[in-house]
Amino acid sequence: METEVRVIGRVLVVGIWGELDLNTAPSFRSAVEEQLDANPDITDILLMMQEVTFIDSSGLGVILGRYKRLRPHGGNVIVVAPSPQARRALELSGLASVIPICDTEDEAWAKAVGV
Amino acid sequence: MSVKNHVTLEFPAVPENVEFARVAVACFASQISSFTLEEIDDVKLVVSEAVSNTVLHSYDVSGGIIRLSAARCNDTLTVIIEDFGKGIADVSQAKTPAFTTDPDRMGMGFTIMEALSDELHVSSVPGEGVKVVIRKSPHGAAKDSDDKEV
Repeated sequence: METEVRVIGRVLVVGIWGELDLNTAPSFRSAVEEQLDANPDITDILLMMQEVTFIDSSGLGVILGRYKRLRPHGGNVIVVAPSPQARRALELSGLASVIPICDTEDEAWAKAVGV
Repeated sequence: MSVKNHVTLEFPAVPENVEFARVAVACFASQISSFTLEEIDDVKLVVSEAVSNTVLHSYDVSGGIIRLSAARCNDTLTVIIEDFGKGIADVSQAKTPAFTTDPDRMGMGFTIMEALSDELHVSSVPGEGVKVVIRKSPHGAAKDSDDKEV
């Protein structure tokens, strides 16, 4: 699993490649938490999940945890273009009813910055 | 019905082996050619959840063992995941959606496993371990062949 993080204004964009499970979820969580701690103005996270080849509840739990961190401050986590397996896991877990899923990055940016 | 093939693996209950377990079972399941790719993905997710539960909860000290068995009987895949750790005092409570002992987890593992399996049996004797039995048959392919007959 690999991640790439970019801070653009008040938005943290996280690219994820590979498999997110019990073994890899901690490094995903650390990569995101490090940025949130260093940039307290961040309100939203865009998770680019088109290259996630596998995710289970360990990975989903990390997403839910960041949602719980941002939500009280009016922020959100937005999933962008999840792979079919990731979309299925998001839906089965019920996370898809809480966290917005966008098909394109443009759509996600519009939701994040509210235009 | 006769068992056409079976494998048994034993490995330490460590996070690195979660991927190994799901990929091994996915390879075995692919011998049932009528499984769709989506169904193989479902098998991977169920195995990943079951093995993750064992790694997280079964042993208080390192060195615990997971025994994973997979068998093919006609077109039905049976996967058994066993540990020999502390067990679950209340299996019904553990299977409750959103029940978790860890604040950074979802508590949806059993719910996902039940949704994606045809049969899921969890049994435990406290102090002796947990046994999870999963059965799954290829529905997508069966539906396709039904459609073809019509």
